[in-house]
Amino acid sequence: MDWSFALETFISLVAAIPLTLQLAATSILLGAVLALALALLRLSGVRVLDWFARLYVFAFRGTPLLVQIFLIYYGLSQFPAVRHSFLWPILREPYWCAVIALTLNTAAYASEIIRGGLLSVPHGQVEAARACGMPSFMIFRRIVLPLAVRQALPGYGNEMISMVKATSLASIITLMEVTGVAAKIISETYRAIEVFVVAGLIYLAINFLLTRLVHLIEYMLSPHLREPRLQTSVQGESK
Amino acid sequence: MNAQAHITPQQALTVRNLHKRFGNVEVLKGISLTANEGDVVSILGSSGSGKSTLLRCINLLEVPDSGEVTVGDETIRMQQARDGKSRPADQAQVERIRSRLGMVFQSFNLWSHKTILENIIEAPVHVQKRPRRECIEEAEALLAKVGIAEKRDHYPSHLSGGQQQRAAIARALAMRPKVMLFDEPTSALDPELVGEVLRVMRGLAEEGRTMLVVTHEMGFARDVSSRVIFLHKGLVEEDGRPQDVFVNAKSERFNQFIKG
Repeated sequence: MDWSFALETFISLVAAIPLTLQLAATSILLGAVLALALALLRLSGVRVLDWFARLYVFAFRGTPLLVQIFLIYYGLSQFPAVRHSFLWPILREPYWCAVIALTLNTAAYASEIIRGGLLSVPHGQVEAARACGMPSFMIFRRIVLPLAVRQALPGYGNEMISMVKATSLASIITLMEVTGVAAKIISETYRAIEVFVVAGLIYLAINFLLTRLVHLIEYMLSPHLREPRLQTSVQGESK
Repeated sequence: MNAQAHITPQQALTVRNLHKRFGNVEVLKGISLTANEGDVVSILGSSGSGKSTLLRCINLLEVPDSGEVTVGDETIRMQQARDGKSRPADQAQVERIRSRLGMVFQSFNLWSHKTILENIIEAPVHVQKRPRRECIEEAEALLAKVGIAEKRDHYPSHLSGGQQQRAAIARALAMRPKVMLFDEPTSALDPELVGEVLRVMRGLAEEGRTMLVVTHEMGFARDVSSRVIFLHKGLVEEDGRPQDVFVNAKSERFNQFIKG
């Protein structure tokens, strides 16, 4: 291992971290919104909407992300209608094509995670809210969603980690994020080991921080699952 | 109908000819009852007699197939949907009426992600839009009244069943309801915790609150309530003052029921 070369590589790759983070953050955020919408379609009880969401999840979970990226970046530009549409300024940018593909892909997985969270909300707590005269949107916002988020967070943490790694595929469509820069350095130096080890360590560090962040949020959101701070004596009371 | 009707008491709740069917089973076959202000009505009956369904039809947690529910002077408007099913005509009205009925559930149903205080002020602040400070003060007074003032900042999972149920009663009271509905409030509790909940309920009865209580607690029905209704197979089989009903019930089934 050539340490000075590794250090040099590290400095080049660090410069690419912002793009990696930007790709991941944008697609996770947009994906979460889409995922919530899809989960609500699944649970809407309206058969057409339910089946649309099922079909969506089936298609985007069942095909490789790389194929989806290619289809959006190379595939769409085949159609003159797309090239002449108002969307073309966005769709001709590799950055936005990558964001769109990542968003559509993560939404499929995340919608199932959110759906599980929503289904885990105890029915009795919803009923108590209805009995108080809460309108259904208020029940969703104040009771159902907070409980569902707490339940879905561990699974969603996994999905976020997957997304950080998935951004590496954007290098295929010319984006110079961490993997893209790494591939370029290798093509210039033919020193794959050093470069990929450093690149791998960078992903590891990002995901380490992300994991800690998810744990922290989980901790903050679940005081009700911990022992009370000011434990008053509960002598002899059976649960 | 009422024997001692020399003064006309204010009607708090009226149910007229309520029918409810689940699939092929007709659970309620035409139930009528009136609760005047200050009445404590115990609803008894073996399991499957429809007593919980009756309570849940009153605040429309179950939608009755036909019949009328009047809370105070407002009758819940119903309409026939295209599939022949009965639906409330105006959801906003249902929500308004629900906010006047305090419901206490068998399994407490406190919101697990909110502290006891947050549970109690939730609906007053967000449904009734009352000032938060006022709601907190009232909530603290209610917690003291049900005897768990020190649990204010605890979460429901940190409380015993009896404490959770008392918190749930405080939550229902915080809406300043016209009528309190209790759906088997002590059935999920360990025997040694039943007493503390019944004591709170007895206190409310003595304050003159209008209460409908679905219960298996014969002692409560006999000593605390002003009326006892016995349901059997979806019909009212006995209806009267406890001292009359418990001593000489006309219904053979009720006599069997109270003998256990």
